[in-house]
Amino acid sequence: MISLANPSRFLSLVDRVVPWLSVVVVITLGIGLYLSLFVAPPDYQQGETVKIMFVHVPSAWLGMLGYTLIAVAALGTLIWRHPLADVAAKTAAPIGAIFTFIALVTGSLWGKPMWGTYWVWDARLTSMLILFLLYLGLIALWQAIDEPGRAGRAAAILGLVGAINIPIIKFSVDWWNTLHQPESIFRVGGPTIDPSLLIPLFVMAGGFTALFVLLHLIAMRAEILRRRVHALQRTQVEHATLAEA
Amino acid sequence: MPDLGTHASFIIAAYAVTFVAVGALVIATLEDDRKQRRKLAELERLGIRRRSAKVPASPTVKSRAKPKAANTQAKRKAVTPRSGKTRS
Repeated sequence: MISLANPSRFLSLVDRVVPWLSVVVVITLGIGLYLSLFVAPPDYQQGETVKIMFVHVPSAWLGMLGYTLIAVAALGTLIWRHPLADVAAKTAAPIGAIFTFIALVTGSLWGKPMWGTYWVWDARLTSMLILFLLYLGLIALWQAIDEPGRAGRAAAILGLVGAINIPIIKFSVDWWNTLHQPESIFRVGGPTIDPSLLIPLFVMAGGFTALFVLLHLIAMRAEILRRRVHALQRTQVEHATLAEA
Repeated sequence: MPDLGTHASFIIAAYAVTFVAVGALVIATLEDDRKQRRKLAELERLGIRRRSAKVPASPTVKSRAKPKAANTQAKRKAVTPRSGKTRS
């Protein structure tokens, strides 16, 4: 972690990792989609609509993972002053927002045939919507403040405050009586889902996670380069001003 | 195409939304990366470099007596635009 505090070293690592990770993403998602659409059997209660689970559940996990990453990066910004922490937080927000959006929309599309409604204000759905709004708030905050250092500290505070929502999402189905089904994968006593559905789900989750990491690394590289471009443009303006004086 | 049953439209819509959203995210991320690389290359083409950027060794600097001073001078020149005007 300390050696990666050097942005140039980090960029060099990203350049080496991205091609390999791209191949992993394509292969894993290809296998995952094949298993999900052509191999996974229909559920005895939900029928073929269970196929929505293979995109809905990994998206919801990554929505939560993205915000957890932002909260850890916020600690990196505020406590350890890691030079890449605010870069990691800023670039994770749009990716996490998109996966949360996918979870919300696919959840609604799954809910209509199963529950008879697209939306209900229960604890799980509402806390996921709050997560999406927190992401939008963070993106807006980054856009509103020009100086990256100040923006990073303000966003880190919001990121840490909003992190309280993550355990609320996770345990909402246990703490409150919700229309959303209770935890059926990561639970004491093991998953309640049959392996014929669980294996495609884990393959898709692996592919989505690899895609998240890949996009995050590329977005971090772009953000570091953006800051270099701004610094060089400032240098250019300073030199032009001095030359005129 | 597998038989998706009576709720096929919901399943297709869920996968379509996922493909479009992820596709847009991938394109936007790659485009931003490409744009920043292009901008940086353009600035470097104009001779504007970071102080810490590696500067190609000048063939005229052969003396080992003052390598640090020569290197510093090269870096200073590197951040100066090609207009020929220097800070003095």
